[in-house]
Formats: sequence, C-alpha cells, structure tokens
Amino acid sequence: MAHSARRDSPELPDFSLLKRLARDQLIYLLEQLPGKKDLFIEADLMSPLDRIANVSTLKQHEVDKLYKVEYKPVISTSDQLCFLIRPRIQTVKWICDVVNADKAAGKFRRYKLIFTPQKFYACEAVLEEQGIFGDVTTDEWAFYLLPLDDDIISLELPEFFRDNFLAGDQRWVRTAGSTLHLLHSIYGPFSKIYGIGRCSKMAYESWREQVEEGETKARQAEIGNVFLIDRDVDFVTPLCSQVVYEGLVDDIFRIKCGCVEFGPDVTSSDKSMKVMLNSQDKVFNEIRNEHFSNVFGFLSQKARNLQTAYDKRRGMDIKQMKTFVSEELKGLKQEHRLLSLHIGASESIMKKKTKQDFQELLKTEHSLLEGFEIRECISFIEEHINRQVSMIESLRLLCLLSITENGLLPKDYRSLKAQYLQSYGVDHLLTFANLRQLGLLVEQQPGETLTVMESKVGKLVNDKTAGKLTDAFSSLAKKSNFRALSKKLNLVPKSDEEYDLRVPRDMAYIFSGAYIPLSCKLIEQVLERDGWTGLEEVTRLLNGHEFAHSDRAKNDAQRIVLVMFLGGCTFSEISALRFLGRERGYKFIVVTTAITNSSRLIEALLDNHV
Amino acid sequence: MMKSKPDEEDYWNSSKFKAFTFDDEDDEFSRLKESKQAVNSIRRLVEEDDDEDDVEKVSWSGEPVGSISWSVRETAASNQRTDREPAFPKINADTPTVSRSHSGYSLSSLFKGETALSDSSVRLYAPELRKPKSEYKDYVSDWSPEETVHRMQQGKAVSLEKFRSLQDKLLLLDFSISAHDGNVITAVTLFTITFTVLFRELESRQTALRHFIHYLTETRDQRLLLELLRALGRTEDIALLQYKEHLSIADENKRRDFLKSCLSLPFSPEDSAHVQDHYTLLERQIIIEATDRQAERGGKVEIFQKFPRRASILNMPLITTLYYCCFYHYTESEGTYSSPLNVRQTFRISEKQFFVTALAARAKLKAWVDVDALFTSRNWLGFTRKKSPLGFHRVVDILQKNSAPTQVLQEYVGLVDDAELRISLAQKHKCHDIIINTYRDLKDRQQLLGYRGKVERGSVEERKINELLDNPQIRWKN
Repeated sequence: MAHSARRDSPELPDFSLLKRLARDQLIYLLEQLPGKKDLFIEADLMSPLDRIANVSTLKQHEVDKLYKVEYKPVISTSDQLCFLIRPRIQTVKWICDVVNADKAAGKFRRYKLIFTPQKFYACEAVLEEQGIFGDVTTDEWAFYLLPLDDDIISLELPEFFRDNFLAGDQRWVRTAGSTLHLLHSIYGPFSKIYGIGRCSKMAYESWREQVEEGETKARQAEIGNVFLIDRDVDFVTPLCSQVVYEGLVDDIFRIKCGCVEFGPDVTSSDKSMKVMLNSQDKVFNEIRNEHFSNVFGFLSQKARNLQTAYDKRRGMDIKQMKTFVSEELKGLKQEHRLLSLHIGASESIMKKKTKQDFQELLKTEHSLLEGFEIRECISFIEEHINRQVSMIESLRLLCLLSITENGLLPKDYRSLKAQYLQSYGVDHLLTFANLRQLGLLVEQQPGETLTVMESKVGKLVNDKTAGKLTDAFSSLAKKSNFRALSKKLNLVPKSDEEYDLRVPRDMAYIFSGAYIPLSCKLIEQVLERDGWTGLEEVTRLLNGHEFAHSDRAKNDAQRIVLVMFLGGCTFSEISALRFLGRERGYKFIVVTTAITNSSRLIEALLDNHV
Repeated sequence: MMKSKPDEEDYWNSSKFKAFTFDDEDDEFSRLKESKQAVNSIRRLVEEDDDEDDVEKVSWSGEPVGSISWSVRETAASNQRTDREPAFPKINADTPTVSRSHSGYSLSSLFKGETALSDSSVRLYAPELRKPKSEYKDYVSDWSPEETVHRMQQGKAVSLEKFRSLQDKLLLLDFSISAHDGNVITAVTLFTITFTVLFRELESRQTALRHFIHYLTETRDQRLLLELLRALGRTEDIALLQYKEHLSIADENKRRDFLKSCLSLPFSPEDSAHVQDHYTLLERQIIIEATDRQAERGGKVEIFQKFPRRASILNMPLITTLYYCCFYHYTESEGTYSSPLNVRQTFRISEKQFFVTALAARAKLKAWVDVDALFTSRNWLGFTRKKSPLGFHRVVDILQKNSAPTQVLQEYVGLVDDAELRISLAQKHKCHDIIINTYRDLKDRQQLLGYRGKVERGSVEERKINELLDNPQIRWKN
C-alpha cells in the first residue's frame, strides 16, 4: 500500500497523445466517405472505440446510425455503409454476403471497409473470390495502441496469441513492429532493446526495417530501454491463480478494456454497475497491487477514517458546515462510493473462493511449482475432473502439471485425458490436440526421463534435448525445462523461510511468496546485467532467441523501461513489475497484445465448438 | 490432495502461508464485515443527491450515455420497434460508378498491380499523419523478388505476374518467408500454390505451410485442406479435422450416423477408442431421451413428475449422463441402457468416478438410505463398516453442497481420519458431539474448556462437556 517510491523515480510519458492520434485518424477516414452513412462496428472494437471517441464525435462526421457486427442481414436504409472491423476472414465474408444480397435485390449502395490496425492480403483475396473486389473501398485505421492506464497500453488483440503460437501464423509480426515504430517515433529514440522469443525477434527486425524506411527526428527521449518477450517463454505464470487484488478481480469478474462489471452481489443493489479500474480510482489504486490478505485491513482502516471524517460534521456551526459541504463532502462521497464497491467486491471474492476450496487449489499449485508431492497433486486434479468442477480449471491444472513436470508420464496422460473426456465431452479431443501442438499438455517422450531427472537435480541439460523439436508437426512446441530454470533463477523461495506478505521482499509476493514469475525475473536479470551475459544456461533452457541491441548512447530516460508482451500478460505480472520498479527505481510501461489470465489463455485453445 | 499429516501442518503453520486463509471466518473477514456496516451506515447521507458524482464517466445503467456501446444498443432497440419499410435506397445522382474487378476467380489477378490496391490504402503514421499513400504514385515496374516482398510489406502496389516459372515462384516464396511478415507469406503462398502438385514444395517450407493451413482453416475450405493434409500424409490431422465436422450437425440422428462414419478414420489407437465411446454414448442418449421424454409426458412415472427434467440428455458428456441415470434410473437392472451399472460397465468407468457421481445424484435426491448403502461393505466377520474410495472430507463436501441435514453430515464428519481436519469440519457444520468426542480422545482438557464457552448455556452439549470434565477416570494431558 504505502510503499514509498524511490525519490529518483522518473515520470511516465503522457500516453493520452496516442488516443488523440487514433481519434484524428478515424475522423480523417470517416471524412473520406462524405455524406451520411451508417457505421457497423466489430463487436470487440466497441469498447476500445469508446475509450477514444464518443457518439457525438462520430455524428459530427455524418455517421447516422451505429450497429454492431452480428453476422446477420443488415436492415439499414442508408445508401452508404461503413464497416469498422478487424482484418478477419469471417467478418469480410459476412460483408461479402451483405453486398451480394444488395446486388441481388438491385439495391445500390456505397461500401467502405476500414480495417484496424491493418488489412491483410488474405481479406482482399476473399473480397476477390466473392466477386466484390472493386465494389467496396478499403482503408486502414492504424489504431495500434490503447492506453488502459498510466502504465498499461494494450493492442487489444487477443487473437494474437492463438494465431501466432498455435497456428504459427506470423500475420501480427508486422503489427508488433509497427507498434514499436509508433512508440519509438513519439517517445523514442530508445537506447537499448532486449528481448527473448521467436516472435519478439521478428518483431524487433520488422521495427528496425521500418525505422530505416522512414526518417528519424532527433528529440528528447521519454523511453530509455525496451524489453520484448514472447508469451511462450513463460506459460507457468499466466496459468497460476492470481491472488493480487487486481488479478483476482480479473480472474473472477473479468476486466474488459480497463472496465469491470460488478453484479448485484457486489453493488448491494438490484443493478449491475460498470466501473473503470485505473489509477484514477484512488481506493483501487492503493490496493490493486496488494496481496489479497492485506486488502481487508486496508479497507477497514479506510472505512474508519471515512467514518471519522463524516463524524466531524457533528457539532459544526452553520458556517463550518457550509465549508464542509463545499470542500470536503464531495470528495468524501466519492471515496465512500468507491470504498463500498471494493468492499463489496472483496466480500464476493471471499464467498466465491471459500465455496470452491480455493485453499486446497493454491496448495496444489504451490506443490506443482515446488515439484513436491506430485502424486497427491495428480489425485487432486483427478478428483477435480471426476466431480466435473470447472472445465477450464481442470485443464489449467493439467497444463500446469505438464509444464512444471516437463510432460506427463504416458500412463498418467492417458488416464487423465480419458477421464477428462468422460467428464467434459469427447469433443475435447480437439482441445487436447491443440494443447499438445503448443506443448502445454504433453506426454513425456520415452528416453527423456533421464533428462527430467537431470533437470530435477539441477544438472545441465544436454544440447540434444534442450532445443529439440518433438516432431515436425508440433515444431512450435517447446520443452519447458521449468524445474531446471526454477533452480537456476531461484524462482521458488525456500519454503522454510518466513514470508511476510505485508512487507514483500521480492516479486514472489504476488503468488503468496511461493513463486517469482519467470517472465519478470528474466526482465530483472537482464536489466541488472545490461544484457544476457551470464545467463547463457538460462537462455539455452528457454530455447534461445534472445537478443540485446544498443542503439545509441544512454539517454536521460534510462529508468523508463517499456516491456512488451507478445501474446498477452497478466495483471499479476504488471504488479510484480511495479514492485520491481519501486525497489530499483525504474518505471515500467507495459505494452501487451492483450491482458490475459489463465481462463483466457485456456479458452483460446478450446476447440469443442464450431 | 492429501499430504501426510505432519507435512500438512508444517505447510499451513509455517508463517509463510499463514497470513492468508480463505477458509476460516477469521478476524480479517469479520473486520471486513464491520467496515461494511460502517460504510453502509453512512450510505443514507450520501445517497441524497447521488447522481452528480460518478465513479467514472460510467452511468448507473452501465454504459455511459452517449457512449458508442450505448448508442449501438439504442439502434438495435429502435430497429425492433419501427416497422421495416421495404428499403428503396435513394440513389444519389452524383454517385460515381463503382469500378468492378475484372476477374473474380484467380488469386493472382489480385496482385496485378491495379490501382485498387494503392488508391484507397491510406496508411498513416504518427510522424506523417494524413499523408495518403496514393500520393506516392507507385506504378508497376520490374521489381526483383526481394523488392517485391519489401513493397508488399509496406502495402504498396506490386505485380506478381512476372513470377511464372516454378523457380521464380519459389524464390519469391522464400524471400517472403525470410521477411517474417505473415501477411505477405500468406499472400505469396496463395499466389504460388495454385496447383495441388505444388503441395510438396510446402513440405520443405514449414512456415509457409502453416500459413496456408491457417488460411484454409479460416476460409473453411475443408476440401482443399483435406487434400493438402493427404498429400502431406498427416493422417491424424485428417481424422481430427473430419471428426470436428460433427459439431456443426444439429440433428442428433444425423450426428450419430456421422460419428459412426468417423470410426474408420485414422485416429491414434487411443483416440479411436474415445471416438467409439462418443458414438456409443450418443446412440444410447438418443434411446434414453426418447423413452424418458415419453415417460415424462405420460405423467405416470413419479420421479419425472417430482423432478421434471431441465434439459435433454442429448450430447451431454458421459459423466453427466451417468449422473442422469443415477438420478432417474438408479434401481434399474443391468439389462437396460439407462441402468447406471450398465453405463458404468460399457464405458469402463472407474470405481471412484462411479462412486462420486452416484453419491452426488442420490444426495441431490436426499435419498440418504442409498447414500448410506454406497459406503457399506461387510468384512469377513459380517460386520458392516463404512468404506469410501474418496476421502471422507470430500464426501462431507459433496453432501453439504447438496444440503444434507446435520445428522447425516455428522455421521460422515465422524469418519474423517485426520483429527485436525475432523474438528475443523465439525466446527464448520456445527457437529458438537464430534468435537467434544475428539477433544476427549485427544485428552485435551484446555480445548474442551474453551469449547464449553462456545456452546449454548444449559444445552445438552454443555452438560456433556461438564460430565467429561468431572470424570476422574480421564487422564488429561493438560
């Protein structure tokens, strides 16, 4: 809560500029289609759009009616239709249907497709195939970055994860490069860039190319260092249950585009309520990074203070009362409302977590991280499956088991998979195929047992296995080598030591002191060493693809570090970085393709539906 | 998961984790409750003119008035209200004729460098805002493969026409792969691989292959995709891909027949068994559903009257089906399709799994006699004793979730082996006898004294505690 930041902590750049840029570009594009028009917006673009513009902005530029893209026939009577969409084939196909239906009905309209953040050739190929290439005009809206908070910027591209890591489609590499380019041209020049992961490396190269294509203007740098990291470098962290307040709220209520919907059980009324969660919310700002166990104490203290402040008005005379009302009351009321919301949320979290044996669940996760009593963990997971407790949760635990153990024994794999299919449906055969392809849930290969033993005792893993691809089809899957990495980087603090969650001593506090997130530990190490020197063993266990490039002399913004997660990052990781920043005098800016958590990660890989 | 007792204690007693418990109604939680009361007590004062200060720009209805999401909903609502007129669009006299694409079929014509690509693509960057790309006026000229790829990355016009020989095409493909831009890789792959004879060229270019497969998956070009996978000999992928089609078949009989046809697909032996189970299960569900629907409509079978079915059993997972059978068809002989025992045997359901499901179903019906019978086994002396493949604390949990009465719970709480766990469960479910007996067995006088303060004055429990405390035969340890 009251962590005092280091004095020399620098200020964060102002990212509201990004919103303004995006808005101006959108207006420009709308003006390209003069006259009244109806606007169709892709469903998941609505919230991001709401953050940068509102209806009156659109109306000012002759947008008549707004619709959500729902893949149904359109009922608009306007003679100009504008579509604001992601470059997705399904959406383009629907637009083709719309246009072709109009043609068949002899209806004549003008159509404009605005792809954001960019268009793909594949989409145009569909337009051509459906015979409407030329009947429509296309444009790109380079809306790459949405600032969600002072230190969080999102690309709002959740599909990045599946496209890149599961399908092996590199369509977003250029997007990532352009994103960096945009940040570089506004807040750069960067002085150093580090990274790890295949996609990170490609994104870096794409950015370099784009820098060379355009001219760079000399300016005062506002961002010093950049760190790029692929999500598949660390799957363990996003698969763990979150216990830091903001992460918990995301796990339970799902924060969408920086906004959460609290149901009647939280608001203690009959209405649901949408609330923005960011640093503007003073109460939230103080508890967001706290371990949940500290939140109660803080809220109680706040409630008492508030009571005292209100009580002041007893015994006031008219004049004092007037001052009170005009100066303090509004602030108090605001605080009061926020406080009761977060108390309601905490209560609701407690209730939900108590109901589902959260304690035992955490214990299992911690055992898996420690590599301790694996048999018991397996039978816990098995019972979870047998009782048909949450389909996602069971899968998450299976994946966590597989990555921490470098795969399951064939006998366990078969038995758990069979039981899973019995409990949640045979359709999940497809899900299991996906998880295997990604390397998230695999059988140990015969002959690897020795390697597992070796890595358990912390010995070197030989080259043969470290980067080895299991077979041609799952060439994107990697071995996790988690145990060895954990030893090497001390990710699991010794369990016999005390851990005071009120005064965290390292980033492990975000997991109750049980585990330091691998992703954040890597960032810490590389920043400390100013590169990968001394981490050779670690990068080998991570299957390589690390890089570090010095661009120019150090600038004044050395302590402002931009971390870009390709494939998503969790609120827990953001909390851990904020902690690291406070300890070491850095300010971190997190850029992510989307905010993720264990459920979103697993859901992206499900294939039991059409 | 059960750790051995000392471990478990170590684990939870170590201060590392003690700071935080979700289970107990500990001080933190009650403190939270207090603060909630405090906050609520001042609510009245605050609510007088609540509307003016919002937490954020967001209003009570959820969406801010004037927000885009709000407006979209309004449009949708108004469209439902107003009668839809037959839409005769006003055609403006000044509408320019829209140029049509000359070809609709070959992918290659897309890249013929028509102005369509460049005239409308406006790519904007922060430093050069509002500078449409069309200003560049790039026209087709003789670009090398490398330059072509580079221009494609920038969204500039190119011509792929000149890459006609296989060698040229593959050269172009390889340049696009080394540029790492998936967008361009897909485009070039689509251009290059126009003939299925070229599929083999993709085998040595895994990156391009993945892009092509993803493209075919997204456009749902099942036919071409299967052809490609066949050419590559990826049999398991073919099997899964075809199996996936069952998801889009709504009619249950057609789906069953389709699943039957899947049985011959080249799955791995393990998956093959799963698909067989899938087919058998659906086949049975169809039979059970037909019979039960009739029984329910007939109104003569009591259980269906008392507990009307909420949903059809079709396409439910196996365990849900087993639960259903334990619920509605518990006593049926093994000969029927809907008998739980028959289901168990057909699908090789483990003892534990069967037990858990039957327990939950019978507890839901409050059939405590059935529940009791599930645990009873006779040993060789003929005594009955309770046995469970599941830890008794889990049993208690299942029973409690199905709102079992305290007398029933008490019986199973008493069977929990671990004394600590037994006490905490007993406290949670208010089974005084068990707590008192456990403290007696532990000879823990202090705890018993403490517990006396928690039971009601003058109650049976208090009397029992007093008797024990006065009993001179017990050797207390403290």
